[in-house]
Amino acid sequence: MQEIDEETEIGEVYMRSLIRSQLRLALIVSVVVALLVGGLPILFVLVDLDALQVGPVPLPWWILGAAVYPVLFVIGWVFVAASERNERAFSDLVERP
Amino acid sequence: MNTTYSAIAVAAVALATLGIGLFGLRFSRTTSDFFVASRSVSPLWNSSAIGGEYLSAASYLGIAGLILTFGADMVWFPVGWTAGYLVLLAFVAAPLRRSGAYTLPDFTQMRVQSTAARGVASMLVVVIGWLYLMPQFQGAGLVLHTVIGAPAWVGSVLVAVIVVINVVSGGMRSITFVQAFQYWLKLTALLVPLVFLLHAWTEDGRPTPSDAGASAAWLSPVAADTGLGLSMYATYSLIFATFLGTMGLPHVVVRFYTNPDGRAARRTTLLVLALLGVFYLMPTAYGVIGRVYAGDLVDTGETDIVVLELPMRMIGGTLGEVLGALLTAGAFAAFLSTSSGVTMSLAGVLAQGPLARRVLGPVAGLRVGAALGILVPLGLALVSGRIAVASSVGFAFAVAASTFCPLLVLGIWWPRLTAPGAIAGMLAGGFGAGGAVVAAIVRGSDEGWLDQLLSRPAAWSMPLALATMVLVSLATQSRRPSNVRRTMVRLHSPERLRLDRADADGISRPDPPRG
Repeated sequence: MQEIDEETEIGEVYMRSLIRSQLRLALIVSVVVALLVGGLPILFVLVDLDALQVGPVPLPWWILGAAVYPVLFVIGWVFVAASERNERAFSDLVERP
Repeated sequence: MNTTYSAIAVAAVALATLGIGLFGLRFSRTTSDFFVASRSVSPLWNSSAIGGEYLSAASYLGIAGLILTFGADMVWFPVGWTAGYLVLLAFVAAPLRRSGAYTLPDFTQMRVQSTAARGVASMLVVVIGWLYLMPQFQGAGLVLHTVIGAPAWVGSVLVAVIVVINVVSGGMRSITFVQAFQYWLKLTALLVPLVFLLHAWTEDGRPTPSDAGASAAWLSPVAADTGLGLSMYATYSLIFATFLGTMGLPHVVVRFYTNPDGRAARRTTLLVLALLGVFYLMPTAYGVIGRVYAGDLVDTGETDIVVLELPMRMIGGTLGEVLGALLTAGAFAAFLSTSSGVTMSLAGVLAQGPLARRVLGPVAGLRVGAALGILVPLGLALVSGRIAVASSVGFAFAVAASTFCPLLVLGIWWPRLTAPGAIAGMLAGGFGAGGAVVAAIVRGSDEGWLDQLLSRPAAWSMPLALATMVLVSLATQSRRPSNVRRTMVRLHSPERLRLDRADADGISRPDPPRG
């Protein structure tokens, strides 16, 4: 940990690798969200789902109104687990005796 | 509508809010208590409080009204308001908590070491806060007018007075209690009547919106009647504003400081995703049922009250009145909770201004700030014409996405951000999105391309702000703050490690070392 406090080159490398891995994780999450959720308007244009009536409303209502939320939660869950893993790896690295 | 039950419900919510707020007063003694509840709030309390604060009149009443009017494409509002927390979780939650600052202007100053940048951020907090508060006050006026026939200003003034008393008496600690209570109240107040409404709808033979004459354009998530390109622009600009704007709302960000550490901040945000996901199933259901039973409200323009109208239309009798009163109580909780949160963050920013700090001291400054922060939007709400509450809140999201989103993301992840870059980017996005929104309000709506570019500016104003921030920063690399390495250590390293995260600006309050 001394390396980081004293801003030595090795400390800088440790810190930069933590930031990189966390940023990569955040970018992966945003790409997944952009594809899964941000892709929906395009999907609705390309595929005519309006004809599929499920209960009182067409299928897109169920996708947007209900199915999206558990998907968002699961992505969040995976992100939290992965970012805590990155931090543990960093802690183990700098705490090595 | 029988006014007695609803009047009792409104009075009960008002008294309960005040009661819980004053109870919190006994705990809040030090300045740190007052601002961020001494950072001792657990993830479940915190996430309930975030949910309670975030679910405003726009979520509770506005979405169902917009769905009733425009149909499936409006379901993007709640989706975006939830997904915004996922983006916030991924890019901002833990580092923002680790920054140790109280407010967005604090973060700005901590990161780029410039009082000028802090000033710009403070002004933006106030503008976004006012854009958010105005529709809450208008909505409160409309609800009280509808359910008990009071003049429109009564509801607006009532909400403003309760909020000021609350903020002035207890500060953040009491607000945390109040907000957590409000989430569960709002959830119950929508859920219980919905069960009865669905039962009545089944008894009625389950008529669909099409049976009630809903058009194909209403049922389709891609509104073909305005042209495909325009409809796609409108949808994606809405996605931009809501996904990216959430992290820039001043009253949302201030909640992250009450988490004990960065890890708790992430877990809190994950819980928020769950709480919002459960809540947002319901406004859509109200909108669809509303299209079947209350389609005539579209012609009157008072679609924001569709949620409150349904029990009397579908059930009637004493049960209908009681359910209507429960919904009214929830709506009032929505006005109070969001207005309290926004007012608290405005007061926090105004209290840290140079005048308040020198003349009044922090706690008195906060109290004066609360009163000042609320008077302007209250005045605007009383004099200006009505806009659908969810649309008006959408403007606040567009400005937040175009200013604080690039500032936070670049500030946390890009060491080369400089003060001139931050200022130029915030001004470009603020004037771009803010100017467009003002122009849209002045012009009125005509459904054309210009109208959409102005009323939904985020798709162009956010990239503009981001590009400005990057380019001006690159051109002013000599102005890079000297302590940026230390700042990055502070933002990204786990609190568990006993690293030196001290900062020279006098704002930071390093955490005690943890085991």
